[in-house]
Amino acid sequence: MTNNYVGKRVKRTEDPRLIRGLAHYVDDISLPNTLHVAFVRSIYAHAKINSIDTSAALAAPGVVAVYTGKDVADKIGPVPCAGALPDLKVPDHRVLAKDKVYFVGHPIAAVVAKDRYAARDAVDLVMVDYEDLPVVTDVEAAAAGGPVIHDSFSDNIAYRLTSGEGDIDAAFAAADRTVKQRILHRRLAPIAMEPRGVLARYFPGEEELTIWSSTQIPHLMRTQVALMIGIPENKLRVITPEVGGGFGSKLNVYSEEALLGWISMQLGKPVKWIETRRENIQATIHGRGQVGDIEVAIKNDGTVLGLRYSVFADMGAYHQLLTPAIPTLTGLMLSGAYRIPAIQMNITACFTNKMATDAYRGAGRPEATYVVERAFDLVAAELGMDPAEVRRKNFPAASEFPFHTATGLDYDSGDYETALNKAQEIAGYAALREEQKKAREEGRLIGIGVSTYVEICALGPSQAMPAGGWESATVRIEPTGKVTVLTGASPHGQGQETSFAQIAADELGVKINDVTVIHGDTGVVQYGIGTFGSRATAVGGTAVFVAIQKLKEKAHKIATHMLQADATRVSFEGGKYSLQAAAAASATGTSEPVVPVAEAPAAALPEPQTEGKTSLTIQDIALAAHIAKELPPDTEPGLSATYFFEPKNFTFPFGTHICVVEVDRETGDIKFLRYVAVDDCGKVINPMLVDGQVHGGIVQSIGQAMFEEVVYDEQGQLVTGTLMDYAVPRASHVPNFELDRTETPSPVNPLGVKGVGEAGTIGATPAIVGAIVDALAPFGVKHLDMPIKPENVWRIINGH
Amino acid sequence: MKKAINLNVNGVSRTDEVEPRMLLVHYLRDILELTGTHVGCETSLCGACTVMLDGQAVKSCTVFAVQADGGNVTTIEGLAKNGELHPVQEGFWEKHGLQCGYCTPGMIVTAAQLLDRNADPSREEICHGLEGNLCRCTGYQHIIEAVQYAAKKAGQA
Repeated sequence: MTNNYVGKRVKRTEDPRLIRGLAHYVDDISLPNTLHVAFVRSIYAHAKINSIDTSAALAAPGVVAVYTGKDVADKIGPVPCAGALPDLKVPDHRVLAKDKVYFVGHPIAAVVAKDRYAARDAVDLVMVDYEDLPVVTDVEAAAAGGPVIHDSFSDNIAYRLTSGEGDIDAAFAAADRTVKQRILHRRLAPIAMEPRGVLARYFPGEEELTIWSSTQIPHLMRTQVALMIGIPENKLRVITPEVGGGFGSKLNVYSEEALLGWISMQLGKPVKWIETRRENIQATIHGRGQVGDIEVAIKNDGTVLGLRYSVFADMGAYHQLLTPAIPTLTGLMLSGAYRIPAIQMNITACFTNKMATDAYRGAGRPEATYVVERAFDLVAAELGMDPAEVRRKNFPAASEFPFHTATGLDYDSGDYETALNKAQEIAGYAALREEQKKAREEGRLIGIGVSTYVEICALGPSQAMPAGGWESATVRIEPTGKVTVLTGASPHGQGQETSFAQIAADELGVKINDVTVIHGDTGVVQYGIGTFGSRATAVGGTAVFVAIQKLKEKAHKIATHMLQADATRVSFEGGKYSLQAAAAASATGTSEPVVPVAEAPAAALPEPQTEGKTSLTIQDIALAAHIAKELPPDTEPGLSATYFFEPKNFTFPFGTHICVVEVDRETGDIKFLRYVAVDDCGKVINPMLVDGQVHGGIVQSIGQAMFEEVVYDEQGQLVTGTLMDYAVPRASHVPNFELDRTETPSPVNPLGVKGVGEAGTIGATPAIVGAIVDALAPFGVKHLDMPIKPENVWRIINGH
Repeated sequence: MKKAINLNVNGVSRTDEVEPRMLLVHYLRDILELTGTHVGCETSLCGACTVMLDGQAVKSCTVFAVQADGGNVTTIEGLAKNGELHPVQEGFWEKHGLQCGYCTPGMIVTAAQLLDRNADPSREEICHGLEGNLCRCTGYQHIIEAVQYAAKKAGQA
């Protein structure tokens, strides 16, 4: 392979269309005669539906149809849940509410009209007669008894699960001390800037349905929606055009996706629904939503013997695709970056009258990292040790990997101390502590937070996943020498069109501009799993890499034949197959395609010119493979290869984040002084993209730590229903990040990559909260729950 | 009752009949098929729909098309001139100022207008100028660097 692109800061190939406003998201696609859908949604958190009167809506100008739960109950199957756990209660989740509504925003009726204004007008004309029912919003109250949400069950407990290894009782019995803390993880709204959207078009003659949807999982969605609406899977095509962010919120199969497909089949016309932001906060999945108690058994020297986390997890009213699985991911990551001989996780997962929780960036791992890192801070405070030193004391050494944890995982590779050292060095940690001491003497409140996280990526081995954990790639070289890469890992901002092209261009020795990465169209791309769980490069990128090796095996055979040489004498270098004697001279730079398509379109493909040649580019060979006149006997024409990569383990990126804040005594305002992040995501394909992922992740952590919280009142009314009330960080809220890396390759895949999509969201919250708590240590503060707002801080300082 | 409006969009004169309640963003997207301007919140809080109206950055989700009657509108599609990217567009590409790209058109238009007002803004001034535009992907650092790049580039021109 050549090394022109991998590891380099390559500008994104997807950007020119995006920065000129020429890209197409779902709502940018317009088809003639499209009808628009708007939803009647529940204004109550829990109520019986006595009746629905659609007559006025149906009579309104432009309205074509109105569908209610009764119309579709026996036509469309339930919204799927892929979480499989022992004794899991799975409520019957219909695409439209029929007899009862279970949360504010629950869809009740779909109004179809000639334009979006008419559809929205008619929503107000649908009369729903509700009879309100007792509401359950608090997850601990839901577990304790009281009103039962789903009639089919005897209580609100979706499941209970205990996990972990090691003798937890012995660990606590042997402890010198224990440290305990109750910790809240509030509900968060993912807030992808592009809300969800669906466009569906049915061709009655061909019996084919196409659904354009803003989703992270086009193939999984196709399978599920086909089952829901009863269309053969191969008659349903799902296209994800440009997707404006996901963060897990589009790693799902939603009511609206199946319903729009079904409506298009009923009406024989294209139908479109674009989610409003209010709907997005009401009825797109939320993240987090846990409250639990962490307990740690320690020796007086700071050695951690055992850790127990007992948590109530808020499922919401229904399960979406992965709802019940999310807290189990928390359980997997409770060992953090440490040697902890005994770990126990006790989950009580409950239904409440709220929107479902599910995967939001990090998906269960930020909760684990947060409780473990908070616990280590508490241990440090308890023992009067430096928080960094307590962590260092409990790290496994780099030589101990693969490292088995008491949560049942085998961490692939790691060198936690090097990352900690590097971060401390960049931050000037010792000097910062001195500065803090001096500042405190002057009455200034400076705090330093440290987080040494580890996360789990590259989800994952299929054994651990509900619907396959592999990823697919097809790589083919077209007759004109252009390289087409088809990936099942359809991105939504991560930049795989560039990073996968970097891998392909280097492996094939071609120019990056000759590579096109195609994704997000089930009619074109072989089955795939999708982009989530920081898996795209480690699993999908590896599939591209291995497919290319397969393709090159064939190309090598053809080259040997064409050069009339012995196979062992032909080598591949710099995009060329060369006779070894001549190899040294020709193996420089990238190759040119044989047909200069862009410059002068050829009327017909030229014949490959091979006579007397001592080398052939891989693109020469592609042309020969397609013309198929000069192939070795029994060789299939064409030059393409497909590979489905099944990883043998997860990958485990890690790092150290150090945050420094100053708290204003007068206002309680929290100001960032420094933010240092040293992340290790294994080998890096494109450092610019990695930096971008880290920045974005940290800022979502800042949001969680300081601003964001989905608030329902006691009646289950959503109080934070707009971006005025749900506070997402803005440019003026963020510090200037100082990023660096260590690089510990993963042994799990041949690229050595680990994943970085969620690292920032996982590693940063404990550093930020740790810093704020540390700033307030003079007031005896040991822990504060997120989001920590100036008001909370001001009250502490002023004793209110 | 439709109302006639005359306006100039990206240098082209337009005359159309629109419902008085039609939002400017829907006029641009649905009638003129300029879909680069996006809708992110319908309440003027996210800035995805930002366009330039008579030299001012406005949120086109809370302006009626009839209010733009007689005005000059520049959308993201109108920023590049003669196939050359606007310095802010170039900055976003160069500095990786975008990931999913959904907030990007509004962000670029806002940044262009910011540089019209202040050719050499400090980091704080850039952050303040972009406060009306939300980005959920980038964490803003590369966006800030993109604007700094554009300011420098425009300063050299």
